[in-house]
Amino acid sequence: MFEDFMVNTWIAATMVAVVAGIVGFFVVIRGASFAAHALPLSAFPGAAAANLMDVNPLIGLLVFSGLGVAGVSQLTRHGRRDLATALSLVMLLGLGALFLSRTTEYFQAVYALLFGQVLGVSNADLGPVAMLGALSVSMIVILFRPLLLSSVSPELGDASGVSARLMEVLFLGIVALATAMALPVVGALLVFSLMVGPAAAARALTDRPLGAILISAAIAVVTVWAAIALSFVSDWPIGFFVGGLSALAYAAGRTWAWAGALRL
Amino acid sequence: MTTLLSILFEPGVFASEPVRTAAAIGAAAAIVSGVVGVFTIIRGQSFAGHALADVSSAGGSAAFLFGLNPLLGFVGMGVLAATSMELMRADRASERDLVTGVVTGAGLGVAALFLYLDMTTSSTTGAAVTIMFGSIFAIPTSLVMPALLVGVGTLVAVGALYRPLLLCSLDPDLAAVRGIPVRLVGLLFLIVVALAVALSAITVGAILSTGLLIGPAAIALRLAKRPGLAILLAAGIGVAATWGGILIAYDSYEWTGGHGWPVSFCIVTLIFVAYVVVVQTGLGRERGRQPQRPRVTKTSAFSVR
Repeated sequence: MFEDFMVNTWIAATMVAVVAGIVGFFVVIRGASFAAHALPLSAFPGAAAANLMDVNPLIGLLVFSGLGVAGVSQLTRHGRRDLATALSLVMLLGLGALFLSRTTEYFQAVYALLFGQVLGVSNADLGPVAMLGALSVSMIVILFRPLLLSSVSPELGDASGVSARLMEVLFLGIVALATAMALPVVGALLVFSLMVGPAAAARALTDRPLGAILISAAIAVVTVWAAIALSFVSDWPIGFFVGGLSALAYAAGRTWAWAGALRL
Repeated sequence: MTTLLSILFEPGVFASEPVRTAAAIGAAAAIVSGVVGVFTIIRGQSFAGHALADVSSAGGSAAFLFGLNPLLGFVGMGVLAATSMELMRADRASERDLVTGVVTGAGLGVAALFLYLDMTTSSTTGAAVTIMFGSIFAIPTSLVMPALLVGVGTLVAVGALYRPLLLCSLDPDLAAVRGIPVRLVGLLFLIVVALAVALSAITVGAILSTGLLIGPAAIALRLAKRPGLAILLAAGIGVAATWGGILIAYDSYEWTGGHGWPVSFCIVTLIFVAYVVVVQTGLGRERGRQPQRPRVTKTSAFSVR
C-alpha cells in the first residue's frame, strides 16, 4: 500500500482532499452544491478536447472550467442561477459528446476522468496539482472576510461595498481551479462528493467558520485516505469509496447534530 | 422545391428504421421531460432533476452487468435515489440541495463500481460512454414499448397530481392549510421526475437528459404566463429540438464526410441556443421558486441544530 508507485498517489490525493475540504466549506454555506457538481462535470470534456488537439489535458480542463464559470455567470445576469448552471453544464457536456465521437481510443480515459484514476500519478503531475491547489487556497485566504460576509448575507455584503456578483464569480473561479486540480486525480463526478460531504458534516459539528473549515479539510483527508486504502485492498474503484464515505460522513454529522438536539 | 427538401432532408431519412425509432422515442422523452420539467423548475428542483439522471446511470450500469433490461435498471435506481433524497431531506429547504448532493455522490460511487465491474467482466471499455452519453440511433426495438409505457405512466401520474402539485409548488404553506399532504406530494413528484429522467437517459444519455428536462421548460416558462400553457409549450419545444437534432445529426454525415455529429450534441445545442436567445433578448422573466440559499443566522450559524 505504501510502495514507491503509491507515494505520489498519497501525496496528490491528500492535497486534493485538503483543498476540496476548504473550498467545500464555502460551497455548503453558499448553497452552491449544484455549481460544485456542474463545474467539474462540465470541465471534463476539456480533457477530451485537449486530447484531440494534442495539448496538455490540464489546459483543456482549465479552459472548459473557465467556460463553465463564464456561462453560469453570464446567464445568471438575466435568469435564475440553477437554470444557468444546468444549461451551461448541458451545453459543455454536449461538446464533450462531440469530441468523444471523434475518437474511440479514448473510452478508457473517459472512465478515469469521470470516476478518477489515482494510481499512476507521476512526479510531473504533482507540480500542477500543488500549484493549482495553492492558488485556490490562497485566493480563499485573501478573500476570506468578504467572501464569508457575502456568503452569509449577500445584502449586508452589498451594503458594505462587497459586490455579491463579483464574489459569486470569484467563488466560481475558486471552485473551477480546485476542479482542474482534482479532476485528474479523483475524477469529475467525485471532486464534488469531496466538496460537499465533509463540509456538510463539519457544519454539524461546529458553529465557527474557521473550526468548520479545519474539520472539513480533516474529514476530507480521512475520507480520501480510507478510500485509497480500501480501494487498494479490495481492488474496487476509489470513486465508490469516496462517494460512500462522504455520504457516511454527512449522515454521521446529521446524527451527531440530532443527538445534540436531544441532549439539550 | 424538391431540391430544397432534399437538402433539408437527406434522401432516406424517413425510410430508415433507426431514425423512425429514434424520432418516436425521442419525442416521447421530450414530451414527458417537458411536462415534468415545468414543475421541476417551478419547484426549484433542477439540481435534483439533473442528479437523478446521473444516479440512474448507476442502475443502467448495473443492468448492463446483470444482463437486465436497461430501462429497469435506470428506473429502479432513479426511484430509489428519489425516495432517499426526499426521506433524508430535513425540514429546512436550504438543506435540500445538500441532501441531493450527498445522495448523488453516493449514487455516482455505486455507478463507478458497476461500470468498473462491467469493464472487468465483459471487457467492453465503451460501457461508460454508452451509459453516460447514450445513443438515440442505437435503441433496440425491444425497448420501445416499455419506454413508451413508462412515458404514458409518467404523464398519467402528472395528470392525477396536477392540482395539488401545482398548489404545493407555488405555495406550500397554503397547500398545507388546505390539508394537502405536501411531503407526500413532494415524494410522488420526485419519483415522477425519476421516471421521466430514466426515459430520457436511455434516449439521449444519462448526463444529457438534463437538457431535455430543464431546457424546453425554462424557455416555456419565460414565454407563457399560465402553467398549463407553459407545459404544452415545453413539450412542443422539446419535440421540435429533438426532431431538429435528429435531422441535423442525420444530415451531418453528408457534410462532414462520414464524421457525423452525435445526436445528443445537436439536440442540446438547439436547446441551449434557444435559451440564450430568449434570455438575452429579455423575453419574459423566469417564474417559480429560486432555490433558497441556506439561511445563516447567528444562532443557527453553521449547525443543523
